This record gives sequence, structure tokens and C-alpha cells, in this order.
Amino acid sequence: MIEMHDVWKTYPDGTTALRGVSVVIDRNDFVYVVGPSGAGKSTFMKLIYREEVPTKGQLSVNGFNIGKLRQRKIPYVRRNIGVVFQDYRLLPKLTAYENIAFAMEVIEASKRSIRRRTMEVLELVGLKHKASSFPSQLSGGEQQRIAIARAIVNNPSVIVADEPTGNLDPETSWGIMKLMEEIHYRGTTIVMATHNKEIVNSMRKRVIAIENGTIVRDEQRGEYGYEA
Amino acid sequence: MAMKLSTLFRHIREGFKNVTRNGWMSIASMGSIIVSLFILGVFMLLAMNVNKLADQFENQVEIRVYLQLGTEQAKIDEVNRLIGRIPEVKGVTFVSKDDGLKQLTERMDEDNKEALQGYEGVNNPLPDGFDVELFDPQKVEDVARQIEAINASDADKPISKVNYGQGTVEKLFRITNAVRNFGLVIVAGLAVMAMFLISTTIKMTILNRRREIGIMKLVGATNSFIRWPFFVEGILIGLGGSAISAAVLLFGYSSLIRSAQYDLGLMLIEFASVDEVGGFVAGTMLILGTLLGIWGSVVSVRKYLKV
Repeated sequence: MIEMHDVWKTYPDGTTALRGVSVVIDRNDFVYVVGPSGAGKSTFMKLIYREEVPTKGQLSVNGFNIGKLRQRKIPYVRRNIGVVFQDYRLLPKLTAYENIAFAMEVIEASKRSIRRRTMEVLELVGLKHKASSFPSQLSGGEQQRIAIARAIVNNPSVIVADEPTGNLDPETSWGIMKLMEEIHYRGTTIVMATHNKEIVNSMRKRVIAIENGTIVRDEQRGEYGYEA
Repeated sequence: MAMKLSTLFRHIREGFKNVTRNGWMSIASMGSIIVSLFILGVFMLLAMNVNKLADQFENQVEIRVYLQLGTEQAKIDEVNRLIGRIPEVKGVTFVSKDDGLKQLTERMDEDNKEALQGYEGVNNPLPDGFDVELFDPQKVEDVARQIEAINASDADKPISKVNYGQGTVEKLFRITNAVRNFGLVIVAGLAVMAMFLISTTIKMTILNRRREIGIMKLVGATNSFIRWPFFVEGILIGLGGSAISAAVLLFGYSSLIRSAQYDLGLMLIEFASVDEVGGFVAGTMLILGTLLGIWGSVVSVRKYLKV
């Protein structure tokens, strides 16, 4: 599903974020990516959804060779990857419903199936009653639920979440994690970068720890391993 | 890749939505189109009126051809025909010596009119002649030379004089041409200024949406999918702004003409009427506004698509 083989990433300003990362994430894995700030977590995530290109090494996602991907093909690869961010990244001028529907309009789905599927995921994230609210009218937790709904609306094979609970209070964070687990349970691979010790330690999953650009730990049902 | 028809409709709908939901930014870019095209339109109207005035002056230019005294009727007809055959000539009017005397009398003061009495009929010392009217008054010198050539090729030399206000006419044309060119330069300069102003405003509205474009790309939208609604938005803002501008301008202009002619009594100045110039001015404004709207949005979006 996601395969990295000796992946290096050096930015134009000279900083090297990843130094020879090799990892395999299988279909239906649930992976926490942990590590100190600036260790290379974000770069690791960005490579998966092709916001960055590896400087060296092999990287394939869903069978696509990301390093050699043509510019024109990028949108089509991203349609099979749902992305969730700390800052939600909803389109501010669109309602909750329209934000989710946008991802389906992009793949030119029929109007009827957009309507049906969008209502379905709104129900799944428990915000059917907020369908016509604008992002500015929603709480942080609600915005993140809408962002997750948008990420899963096209049934992607993998969800990439970069600190999805980073801006949320503990209680709301738990709600988001329940949702992630539900999505995982329905058959989606989840790669989630996080700083949240409680979540990692109590909802045990595979943990990949990145320090100074390399993977220092990779264990099933691992611990967070850092002071929060 | 071919786009579904329903997606095209989606883009058009989304373009309209962009205009309404961006509220103040749409109003700002429409405002800059309205204001700059209005200024452009004002100067276009001004230039066209000056042009019309220059035309009126120029159209008074004509050639007066004097024949030798006692030229036979057959010769007169022949010269008439030959001058009429010059391509630049619009019309030839025979002016008999009696007509000539009448015109001369009209131009005299009351006191001096008596001085001309006694020259009627057989005593008339004036020659017969023609008034030659031209399609393009600026060709007057050239046509005068052709008329002289007709005279030179005729053994009888029936023409005594070709008069077109030599010297004065050249000065008149120099002034009218200068005025026209000045108007053209100002209008062209204003058009460039309008382009600059509008593109800056539209760029600003899209700069605001740089983040949105980035999000759309993360969700897997292709560049053309992102571009289309912006394109529609550009058309709407450009067309809407220029239509408002043209409507206000022409309405203002027609009431200005009316009050200038009736209230101020400026009957002597013949303004270019709205029927005459309105189509051209409004058409130029609409086309320019729409093109600027499209251009502004397309250029600015392209800048942020490389995410």
C-alpha cells in the first residue's frame, strides 16, 4: 500500500528532513507517527500525499511511483488519499455540505450520488443538522469532523492525518479518535501523526517514531514514548 | 479530458456563487472596472465630439473653379464631366456668373451693396465656375492639382483659376489632425491605465483565495477544474461592471446633450448624438471590461496553481 525504500528528503534551503527512511504500511494498518517537533514527521506525511517529492529513494502509494509522478497525474493520485490537517482546511465560502460535496464534484460524480453519499458521511460524523452551516459557524471539533467527512467521501484506501487533534480539547479529541477508529474498522488504512500521548497509549496501534530524520522505533501496539 | 456537461453547469453555478459569496471583494473589483471604464468612456465621447467638430470644419473646405470669361456651354459641360470623373470628387455644382454675383451681394454690407448695382446681366464681370465637393476634404490639394492637369491637357485652357483657400486649409488640417491624435493618445493611455487598475484589483481578490486554491488541489481537483469557476467569475464581474458603467455614462451623456442644447442654448454646437456614438462606446466598454475580467482572473489563478 505505502512503501518507502531508503527515502531521503533535502529541502532547497539545505535542511535534510529525512535520512534513509524505509517502511511498509499495509492495507488496513492503523499507524501513529510520533516524534519531537522538527524530526521529520510532517515531511513523512507530505511525501505520502505528494505535496513533496523525495530527493532520493523509492516511494510508492497505491501502486503509484510517487517520485516519478507526472505533474498532471497528481490530482488523480490524491483522489485516492484522504487528507486531514490540524487546521481543518475547509473552504471558508462553502457550507459544510458543499465542502464535502466538492470532493465528489472533482471526480465528476452524478448529482444524485453526490447528494446521497454526502448525507451519508454527514450522518456518519454526526453533523447532519449542520449541513448548511459555514465553517466559521462551526466549533473546532465540528470543523474537523467535516474535514474527515470530506476525506472519506470518495472511499479512499488511505487517510493521512497530520495532527488531527492538535487544536482540540481532550474530550473533543476523543470523539475524533472514535471516528477514526470507526473509519479504520470499515477498511481504510490510517496514517496519523500526533503529539497526543494519552491517545497513543490508550488506543494502542502500530507506532512509528521518527527522530532526526530516521525511524528509531517501529512496533505493533507501541507506546508514545516521549514526555507529553 | 472531456468535461461532463453537468460539470460545466457546476462551474457556471460556482462562478455565480463566487461573485455573491465574496461580497465586498466582488464589489471592489466591479467598482474598479466601473470607475476606470467610465473615465475611459468620458474621454472617448469627448474625443468623438472633437472629431465631429473637426469634421464640420473640414467639410466646409471645397474647391472653387473659375472658368475663362466667355467659355462656351459645350466646353463648360465637358469640364464639368471631367472634374466629376475624378474619384475623390463627391459632386460638382455649376455656379453661373449670376449666382456668383448673388453670393457676392449677400456677403456685402448694406451700405456697399449699392456698389454692385448695375453689374447685373450682360454687365456682369464675373466668370462662370464650379463648386467641387470632396469625399475627403484632406485630399483637397491633390484634387486641385488634378483639376489643373485637366486644364493643362486642354488646348483652350478653359480654367482661369482653381481656388481652395491655399495656405489656410493646410493650417486647418494641421490643427484638426493634432486634436484628433491628441484625443487618440489620451484614450489609448486611459485604456492602458484601466487595464492596470483592473488587473491589480482582480489579482488582489484572487490572492485572498490562494489558500483556497491550495485546499482544492489537496482534495484532488485538476487545474482546469479550479480555473473554470474563476473564469466565469471574471466574465461576470467584467460584464456586470462594464454594463453598469456604460449605462450610467450614456444616460448621463444624453441628459447632458439635452440640457446643453435647450437650457444653455448651445444650439450652434452640434453634439455627437447617443444614437451615433452610443453603440461604439458601449460596445468598446463591454468588450474591454469582459476581456479584462477574464484576463485578470486567468492570469492570477495560473500563478497559484503550481502547488
